[in-house]
Amino acid sequence: MYPIVLLSVLGIVTLFLGFSKSKNILLPAVLLFLAIALAGNFFEWNKGPLLYFYDMFRVDNLTLAFNGIILASAFMIVAISGGFQDNAEAEPAEYYALMLFSLVGAIMMVGFEHLIMLFIGVEILSVAMYVLTGSNKRNLRSNEAALKYFLMGAFATGIMLFGMTLLYGATGSFELNDIQAFVSTTQQAAPSYILYAGLLLLLIGMLFKVSAAPFHFWTPDVYEGAPTIFTTFMSTIVKTAGFAALYRLLSHSFTGVYGFWWLVIAVIAILTLLVGNIGATTQNSFKRMMAYSGISHAGYLLIALTALSKPTQNAIVFYSLAYSLSTIAAFGILMLVSKQRTFEGQPDERYDAFNGLAKENPFLAFVLTVAMLSLAGIPLTAGFWGKFMVFSSAAERGIIWVPAIAVLMSTVGIYYYFRVIIASYLKEGDIAEIRVAPFYKIVLILATVLTIVFGLAPGLLEGIF
Amino acid sequence: MLTLLLILLPIVAGVITLLVGANLAKQVALVGALAELGLALFVWSQFDPAAGVQFGFKYHWLASAGISFAGGLDGISLVLVLLTAFLTPLIILSTFNHTYKNSAAFYSLILFMSAALVGVFTATDAFLFYLFFEAALIPVYFLAAVWGGENRLKVTFKFFIYTMFGSLFMLVALIYLYYQTPGTHTSEITAFYNLQLTAKAQGFIFWAFFVAFAIKMPLFPFHTWQPDTYTEAPTPATMLLSGIMLKMGVYGLIRLLLPIVPLGLQSYGMLAVILSVIGIIYGSIIAIQQRDMKRLIAYSSFAHVGLMAAGVFAASTNGLQGAMIQMLAHGINVVGLFFVIDIILSRTKTRSLDQLGGITQVAPQLSVYFLIILLGSVALPLTNGFVGEFLLLSSVFAFNGWLGAIAGLTIILGSVYMLRLFQMSMFGPKSKWVEGFQDLTFSEKAVLLPLVIMVLWIGIYPNTFLSISEPAVNNLLQFVGK
Repeated sequence: MYPIVLLSVLGIVTLFLGFSKSKNILLPAVLLFLAIALAGNFFEWNKGPLLYFYDMFRVDNLTLAFNGIILASAFMIVAISGGFQDNAEAEPAEYYALMLFSLVGAIMMVGFEHLIMLFIGVEILSVAMYVLTGSNKRNLRSNEAALKYFLMGAFATGIMLFGMTLLYGATGSFELNDIQAFVSTTQQAAPSYILYAGLLLLLIGMLFKVSAAPFHFWTPDVYEGAPTIFTTFMSTIVKTAGFAALYRLLSHSFTGVYGFWWLVIAVIAILTLLVGNIGATTQNSFKRMMAYSGISHAGYLLIALTALSKPTQNAIVFYSLAYSLSTIAAFGILMLVSKQRTFEGQPDERYDAFNGLAKENPFLAFVLTVAMLSLAGIPLTAGFWGKFMVFSSAAERGIIWVPAIAVLMSTVGIYYYFRVIIASYLKEGDIAEIRVAPFYKIVLILATVLTIVFGLAPGLLEGIF
Repeated sequence: MLTLLLILLPIVAGVITLLVGANLAKQVALVGALAELGLALFVWSQFDPAAGVQFGFKYHWLASAGISFAGGLDGISLVLVLLTAFLTPLIILSTFNHTYKNSAAFYSLILFMSAALVGVFTATDAFLFYLFFEAALIPVYFLAAVWGGENRLKVTFKFFIYTMFGSLFMLVALIYLYYQTPGTHTSEITAFYNLQLTAKAQGFIFWAFFVAFAIKMPLFPFHTWQPDTYTEAPTPATMLLSGIMLKMGVYGLIRLLLPIVPLGLQSYGMLAVILSVIGIIYGSIIAIQQRDMKRLIAYSSFAHVGLMAAGVFAASTNGLQGAMIQMLAHGINVVGLFFVIDIILSRTKTRSLDQLGGITQVAPQLSVYFLIILLGSVALPLTNGFVGEFLLLSSVFAFNGWLGAIAGLTIILGSVYMLRLFQMSMFGPKSKWVEGFQDLTFSEKAVLLPLVIMVLWIGIYPNTFLSISEPAVNNLLQFVGK
C-alpha cells in the first residue's frame, strides 16, 4: 500500500521539481523516489495478507513480489533514460511524473480485490502510457502510435467495463471474494451464462493490454512509434502488471469455472505464440522484432495461466522477472546503438544497426547476447528457467499439446534472436566505441548478472511468497 | 565429489585462459586439458566397474520441485569421460601450428565445451543432463561461427537451430516424465527407469528422444546440417563435433531412450534400425563420391554413427558394448583423420583429392600415421575399429538377419572410400601442390602418436575398456527387458 501513497505524492513533487532551473537534480531525485517506493513496498513483507481501502486492495507476498519486479524495472528504466539530456524538446519532469503515476496504476492492478480497483488501475496505467507514447511530439510515427494506442485501448477498456457490469449482474458484487463464492456455489448449481459472457469480455479487455493475439494489432506499430525508453516501459511494466492481474482474477475468483475458460486461454496462447514468433521472423527492424517477441512472450505466460497449477504462480513471477531484465538490457543497447547511425532520416533501428558491434564494444555485445539468449530460452540464463517453469505448469495439469507447440515456436524464436547475435559478432560493420554513462553501465551489468545468476540458481526466488 | 571436480576443472582452466590473454592462451589451455586428463586417469584408477554409480555429488537446485544438481560416474559414463579427457588436450595441441585471432577466447571455448561434455556424460539428474546437452552447443556454435570458413554464418545457423529444435522435444518429454514420477516428483534419471508408462505414452516419448538424439548424431534423415558444418567449422571445432559431441547422441540413446521406453522400443525399434542402416549405406555411397577430403570424412562419420545407433537399437549386450567401444574408436580415428587432413591442407592449401597425390614420397612419417588411423577406421582386425564393428554387426545380425547383412556392407564400402582417399592423396605421381611438402613436426607427432597407440591398444586388447562398461551395460539392459 505504501508505494501507492508514496508514488502519488512523489509524482506531484516531481512535477514541481520541473520548475527548478537545474535539470540535473531531476534524475537523481526520481531514482531516489523509486528507491523509497521500493523500500516501502518491502516494508510490508511477510506481514500480509492485509486489506486496504475498504477491502478493495490486498497486500500479500505475491503482490509485493510483482510490485518489486515492477518498481525495480522502473528504476532501471529511469536510470537508463539519462534525464533526457540529449533531447532539447523533452519535458523530463512531465515524463517522470507520468511514469510514477502509471506505476500507481500498475500496482493497483497487481493487488486489486475489487473489480473497480482493477478498472481504475488499468485506466491510470493506460492514460499515462497513451501520453508517453506520443511524447515525441514532432514525430509522425510517435503521434500515429499514440492515436492508435489510445483509440484501440479506449475501446478495449470499454469492453472490459462491459464485462465487469455483466459479472456484477450475474453475481451481484464487484468483490473478488463474492464472485468466487458465487462461482463455487450458485454457478455450479445453475450456470449463469451472463457470468460466462462477462468473464469473456473482461478477459478480452485484459488480453488486449498484454497484447495477446488476436488483440495484438496495435503492438508492433505502437512499440515502434513510441520513443524507445517508453517502449521499454510498456513492454516490461504493462505486461507484468497485466499478467499479475490476470493471474489474480483467474486464480482467485474463477477456478470454479476452470473447465469453461481454460481452453479459451489455451487457444489464445497458441495463437499468440504463432503470431508473435512467425511475425518476428519477417521483420527487418529490431524494434518491431522486439514487439513481436513481446507478443510471443505473452503467449508463453498465457500457457502458465491456462494450466493454473501449482507451479503457475512461480512461473509467472519468474518469467516476468527474466523477461523484464532481458528486455531492458536489449532496448538499452538499442538506444545506444541507434544513435550511431541514421537510416532514412530516422535513428537506425534495424538489425543492421548492430553490425560489427562486438569489435569496438565487446561489453555491449556481450550484454546484448546474454539478453537474446535469455529471451530465446537457452540454458544457463534466467529465460530458460522461465520457459521451463511455464512448460512444467502445463505438464502438471496434464496438458502436453500446448507446450509441444510452444517448443516448436521457441525454435522459431532462436532464429530471430540469433540474427541479432550474428549481426553484432559476425557481420562486418563500423561502429565506433560508444561512451556509456556510469548509471547506464550499472543497469546493463545488473540486468546481465541477474540473468546469469537466476540462470544458474533458479531456486533463489523459490518459496518466498 | 571427483565427478564435480571433473566438470569444474575445465571451466576454471577456461576462465584462466581467458584472463591470461592471447600470448599464453595455448599453453595454459593445454596445461588445463592435461590436468583434466590426469584427473580422469586418477578417477579411472579408483573406479570399480561393478560398484554402479560412483564419485557422485548432489546439491539441491530447485528444491521444491525435487530437481537437484547431481552427477556421478558409472562404467558407461567413465568410458566417455575418458574419451573427452583424452581428446581435448590433443585437439588443443593440434592447433599449435596455427594462430587464431582472439586466441584466448578460442581456447577457453574449447575448454568450456569439454566441461559441458563431461557434464552430459556424468549427469544423473535428467534436467541437468538436458542443461549440459544444450550448453555444449553454445561454445561449439561460436567456435564454428567465428573462426569458420566462408559460408560459416548460414551453415552454423542451420546447425544451431536444427539441434536446438531436437533437444526441445526432449525437454517436453523429460517434463512429462518428471510429472509421472510418484510422490513429490523427482527428476533422477534412474527414477524414470521404474515408471510404468502406457505403450502410447512410450511411443510419443520414444520419438521425442529419437528426434533429439538423431539430430545430434546425426542419423538419416536428420543429417543435412552435418557435412556442411563439419566442412565449414575450423578443424578443432570439427574434431570436437565429430570426436566427442556426436557421442552425446549415442549416449542419450543408451542412457535415456532404451531404459525409459522399452515398449516404445519394441514398437518402433525396427523402424529406428532401418533408418540407421539406410544411413550407413547412404553415407558410405556419398562418401565414395566425394572429392573434398573433409566432406568425405564427414560422410564416413555419418555412416559409422549409423552403425552405432543400429547396435544400440538392437538392445543387446553385444550391441551396447559394441557401441561403447566403437564410440571410443570412432572418436580417436575421426580426430586423427581430421588432423591429418588439416596438416595436408595447411601445407598444400587444398583439400581436393583431384589436386593431391604422391605425398608418400615426400612425407613418409605422415603416411605411416595416416595409414594406421585409416585402417582403424576401415576396421581391419587388430585395429580399434574392428572390435566395435564386429560386435555391432553381430548384434544387428541377431536382431534381423537381412538388416545385418545390409549393414555388413559397411565393411566393404568403408574400405572403398577410405582406401580411395589414401590412394588419391598419398600415392600416384607427385602433384604440383605437394612440392616442398614438409614431413611431420614435433608437435604434430605428439598428437598423432598417442592416437596411433590407442588405435592399436584398443585393437589388440579391447578388454581394458570393454570391462569398464560391461557391468553398467548389463545393469541397464535389465530395464530394457522388463
